[in-house]
Amino acid sequence: MKISVQAEPFDYGTLSNAFAQGHTHVGAVVTFCGIVRDDELGGLSTMEIEHYPGMTEKAINAHSQIAKNRFSLAEVLVIHRYGSLKPGEMIMMVATAAPHRNDAFQGAEFLMDYLKSRAPFWKKEIVNGEPRWVDAKPEDEDALSRW
Amino acid sequence: MIEVIYFAWVRERIGEARESHETSAKTVRDLIEELKHKEERYAVAFSDLSAIRVAIDQDLVDMDSSIENAKEVAFFPPMTGG
Repeated sequence: MKISVQAEPFDYGTLSNAFAQGHTHVGAVVTFCGIVRDDELGGLSTMEIEHYPGMTEKAINAHSQIAKNRFSLAEVLVIHRYGSLKPGEMIMMVATAAPHRNDAFQGAEFLMDYLKSRAPFWKKEIVNGEPRWVDAKPEDEDALSRW
Repeated sequence: MIEVIYFAWVRERIGEARESHETSAKTVRDLIEELKHKEERYAVAFSDLSAIRVAIDQDLVDMDSSIENAKEVAFFPPMTGG
């Protein structure tokens, strides 16, 4: 398992490629990346991501371990950024490797659902110069019930 | 003495990121009542507990959890990661 909580950008292509190399019992790799999206027709200038150092790593580690056991994952990678990001920048990535593709897909979805509402990150958008905290969505909480 | 930590709009409403707090509270809920009586800004931040999440020593817990052995209690809004 590799987990990184960082301010710096990451190279999705290089990391995905490295993640998919060097396995002989893995038949499937799934990678996902989340990107800062402007829903405000150009009004979103910045997304600021705050987190709880220490708890963030602990929560991601715990959920990655659960995912690894539950979906028989051979390997897990989670990177999540914090700090000030612009629209189009990558916020986070998840990669899973498993013998079979269904487990790799499900493991990645499970991790995404848990990162959304159980990892201590908070997003603040600056829209047309006005800061506002992003509210958690009920459907993100509901998404956990399927696991 | 415990460390109380605030994040996101809870931190903004209270106006501090962390503080040491002498408490006789037994549970998270008691601690919140204690803080609300300190000053108005706490009462504002904790006016709607359905919008507050809490962690004890970096584990998510519920409002009725015991804080008796806690070193660090953190309050924050529902998380918005991913």
